[in-house]
Amino acid sequence: MIGSESVNQADLHAYVDGQLDPAQRLCVEAWLAEHPEEAASIHAYRLQNTRLHDIYDTVLDEAIPPELEAIVTGQTASRPGRAGIFHRSWMRLAASIVLLVTGGVGGWLLHGAPAPPTARLAASFADQAMGAHRVFVAEVKHPVEVPADQETHLVAWLSKRLGTKLRAPDLVSVGFDLIGGRLLAEGAQPAAQLMYEEADGRRITVYVRASGGASDTSFRFVSDQGVSAFYWVEQDFAYALVAPMERSQLMAIAQQAYSDLDQR
Amino acid sequence: MDDIHRLIIDQVPHLRRYARALLRDADTADDLVQDCLSRAMGRLHLWTPGSNMRTWLFSILHNQHVNSARRLAHRPDQVDLSPDHATLQATQPEQSGRHEVRDLGRALEQLSEDQRQVVLLVGLEGLAYTEAAQVLDLPMGTVMSRLNRGRQRLREIMDQDDTPGLRRVK
Repeated sequence: MIGSESVNQADLHAYVDGQLDPAQRLCVEAWLAEHPEEAASIHAYRLQNTRLHDIYDTVLDEAIPPELEAIVTGQTASRPGRAGIFHRSWMRLAASIVLLVTGGVGGWLLHGAPAPPTARLAASFADQAMGAHRVFVAEVKHPVEVPADQETHLVAWLSKRLGTKLRAPDLVSVGFDLIGGRLLAEGAQPAAQLMYEEADGRRITVYVRASGGASDTSFRFVSDQGVSAFYWVEQDFAYALVAPMERSQLMAIAQQAYSDLDQR
Repeated sequence: MDDIHRLIIDQVPHLRRYARALLRDADTADDLVQDCLSRAMGRLHLWTPGSNMRTWLFSILHNQHVNSARRLAHRPDQVDLSPDHATLQATQPEQSGRHEVRDLGRALEQLSEDQRQVVLLVGLEGLAYTEAAQVLDLPMGTVMSRLNRGRQRLREIMDQDDTPGLRRVK
């Protein structure tokens, strides 16, 4: 509690910001009457607040951009980015090309747009995959729990924990060698991360977990602060391929991953 | 729309305002808000009903910003884009009120990021000091000293600017 004898800096700011109760406010005002220098500061600080509102309050009057609203209402699972509709249709086209390339056309096209619950699940799934990517690719000493020279053990172990037979896609043809993997937790659910490395040291990850009954989806793309992911659900697994790359570059690798998984 | 989604949507204009003031670029700011909302939706189960949605969302925004700033730290060209340069050229000689307003925007840029965050959360967004401390994950004392130093510094810069002879040629 402040008395008029001892008003400190924090009280003065609280006075500026209207965070004092009426009694405290009176104390500060009485004190300021005798301290003109501090009173001048208070005046200047109040003016700062007013000017901040003068400059930035116009933002409050702007309509919320639809892509921001869509994230909250869950109307779209992927972030459209600035390219908007063009980007989304490009993705559909790209997904169709993958289908033709891999020959997995049957049924997949029939799924059409996924139901909203599936979409929401997928969005948080990509979020988890990207989070795990950020955490572990930076690791120098322990990027993986089990290195790739024990691939059989790695795959058997992760398959056992995921409860479904896991396959590590072969990405050698696009320049990435498997360096290993680790077990992660997504909520209470086990998930696996496989890490691949390019000759120049660049790393990408494949994040996998049981699909939990979600219906198959086409490729979806999400990009967040320099890291991008393609993610999809196929049969028993939900996959996300995560890399610090642009869409087109990542697409080539996603195609390879999908095609390799599909052939086995 | 669910209540919880309504609560989030209600905060979007405020998140956008803070992000714009912090980053000084509308597109970069909306990108940050987009990251924040995506993250929030992904961890909606962590939000306690009845708790403060504003501080929860601002905390997420802050963390996303810290993470991206860290990643961009070695690419200063990406963070140093000041829209003021463009405004400066596009703006005609103006009345003094407008001039003061714009100078505060420029003065803000001269604060350390730490100080700018506190000054904006408190002075623009009207967060209680305890809320600002929560958002920035700092002790209350640190928030108060950053607020104090930030405001002092802003005042010094503005005073300098008002000194005849030192005023910039527009």
